[in-house]
Amino acid sequence: MKNNLSEKIIIYGILLLWTFICLFPIYWTATTSFKTAASVTQGLLIPWIDFEPSWKGWRNLGFSPDTLFVESNPREEFLARFFNTAFISASASALAVILGSFAAYGLSRFNYKFGFMRNPDISFFFLSQLILPPVVLALPVLVLYRELDLLDTHIGMILIYTLTVLPIVIWIMRDQFNAVPIELEEAALVDGASVWMSFFKIVLPIVLPGIASAFILCLILCWNEYFLAALITSTDAKTMPVMVASQISSQSIKWWNMAAISAALCLPLIIVAIFLERYIVKGMAAGAIKG
Amino acid sequence: MSEIKYIERDPLYVVAPSTVSHTTKRAGKIIVWSSFLLMVVIAIIQTLHSNERISFGFSNWRPVLYAYILWAVAIGYSRVLIYGERGKRNLFVFPAVMFIISIVIFPLLFGLYISFTDWNLSSIDGRKFNGLDNFYQMISDPYYWNALKNMIYYVLAVLVEFTIAFLLAILLNSQIRGRKFFRIAFLIPLMLSPVAVSWMVGKSMLEQRFGPVASFARWLGWDTPTFFSNPVIAKLTMMCMDAWTFIPLMIIMLLAGLQALPKEVLEAAKVDGANKWTLFKNIIFPIMLPVSLTTLVIRIIFKLKLADIIIIVTAGGPGGATDSVTSFIVREYRDRSNVGYGTLLSFVYLIFIVILMTILIRFVNRWLQRAS
Repeated sequence: MKNNLSEKIIIYGILLLWTFICLFPIYWTATTSFKTAASVTQGLLIPWIDFEPSWKGWRNLGFSPDTLFVESNPREEFLARFFNTAFISASASALAVILGSFAAYGLSRFNYKFGFMRNPDISFFFLSQLILPPVVLALPVLVLYRELDLLDTHIGMILIYTLTVLPIVIWIMRDQFNAVPIELEEAALVDGASVWMSFFKIVLPIVLPGIASAFILCLILCWNEYFLAALITSTDAKTMPVMVASQISSQSIKWWNMAAISAALCLPLIIVAIFLERYIVKGMAAGAIKG
Repeated sequence: MSEIKYIERDPLYVVAPSTVSHTTKRAGKIIVWSSFLLMVVIAIIQTLHSNERISFGFSNWRPVLYAYILWAVAIGYSRVLIYGERGKRNLFVFPAVMFIISIVIFPLLFGLYISFTDWNLSSIDGRKFNGLDNFYQMISDPYYWNALKNMIYYVLAVLVEFTIAFLLAILLNSQIRGRKFFRIAFLIPLMLSPVAVSWMVGKSMLEQRFGPVASFARWLGWDTPTFFSNPVIAKLTMMCMDAWTFIPLMIIMLLAGLQALPKEVLEAAKVDGANKWTLFKNIIFPIMLPVSLTTLVIRIIFKLKLADIIIIVTAGGPGGATDSVTSFIVREYRDRSNVGYGTLLSFVYLIFIVILMTILIRFVNRWLQRAS
């Protein structure tokens, strides 16, 4: 019994330690956003005890109580970036989920032959896009986009983001479709439904949770993407990560500002993680078990 | 059975009327070729216009893009016209294939051309073909090889991450209270934007005067906790930050594997009196092998793209000690505007990755076959 107790203590000790490691940076970011210059440089930790919280960081963003209802340029700017990020990542994820689900369904139900490529080759062609590092595509796409007048446009960003997450969708959805018994569709086809109708009416409702998982995973990846956004966007389609990365003033870093804007960047996904954890885990697990 | 013919049957078999009339077939072909012709004509006009041979034309290449999209749609539609029911099935895969070809294959071919040119964005000359010069420059560029060597260290660090993730996954899978809370807490680092992490962890928490990690290190007895001045420490710091972000991914994948373990086998082993270590070594680890290898491969794929945190936190310093290939190429582009050379470097890196992944996947498959 005693052995059991010490084992419990060790297990919970390790788990709590790791929880602390995971959550402390968030705590640090949140508290720093309420610090003044003096409390930042002293490295104070606990609000109200160590230091008196101030709205300075949030005021500069236009989100403190006294600036919330007055006109504020930084807030306009911030909201524009926020909606860019949300719009681009949601559209790219949706497009990837549509294209990827069709492709994954086709691959799980029919035998294809495109030239020398058969189903396993086509699957490999899709999945191999995952190992392509963005830096290889970066410059050619930049030049291509300049010629096509797609630089700094939402549609340009959506297309390139769709590309980066498409293999992940196909990977997750292939397993989802393979898990649906074919007999269901065969029954529908015998009754005279077309292939596409049986896909939309019968298969799609069954795999909807899987689609949600794939969509959320794509959303997370697109939301946080920095490298390509820094390259392609400049003003109109600039996303939040690019905005955060370019916050440095020439003299010194305004930490309270930086913390407030970082917190604003991370908060939506933290909320997603808390409420939709089930779907995120499901998506990643789908890759692990059958992959 | 008069003729013996191997008919490959689809998993979902559809008895389809395969009678497509001759005129519909011809209509399909006409649609494809006419839209193709339209695209070629527009492209020629635009080429002449941009070379200033003719005065009329478009301000950019967008119309060619629209014609291309029209052509792609026409191909898709013509599949149905020409092949009937079979064509409809093709439409499932066709859009995704077309999409990837358009956005990956064309730029890759173009990039391949750029990588054999001398193209400096800051010079006025534009690009000119210079054969293998970039390649010779690469061979004698110590910083590129240094970046590749760093990537080897970064990839090897995955093994340490894997060990930590496995341990945490096992703990999460044991009889504990508040599992959901721990799972969400462990997941959160993966949700955070690398840019925010770079700033708030890399630059703020590791700041040597007021950063809490530095204060902690000082409390432990390290007098001058500077994380980015010593090459070895800087590299380790970057590894830790990247590990912090991606260990959640590995935990979740491994946890999924652990939860799928056959319960009867574990029970039987416990009845036979196996202790925890033998249980792990002889049963859990071998059954988990496929999941573990998948997790490692996925993690290595993400590791090979490592860039954001390095670009922002250290910019490769000190002296290239933390450079990843991507961050090095980015500096080549941004600081030296050396586009042709940078592109060649990225293509060589791609070749290395393809070779590495091919060997890795083949090795994994062989290992799995031997194990089963």
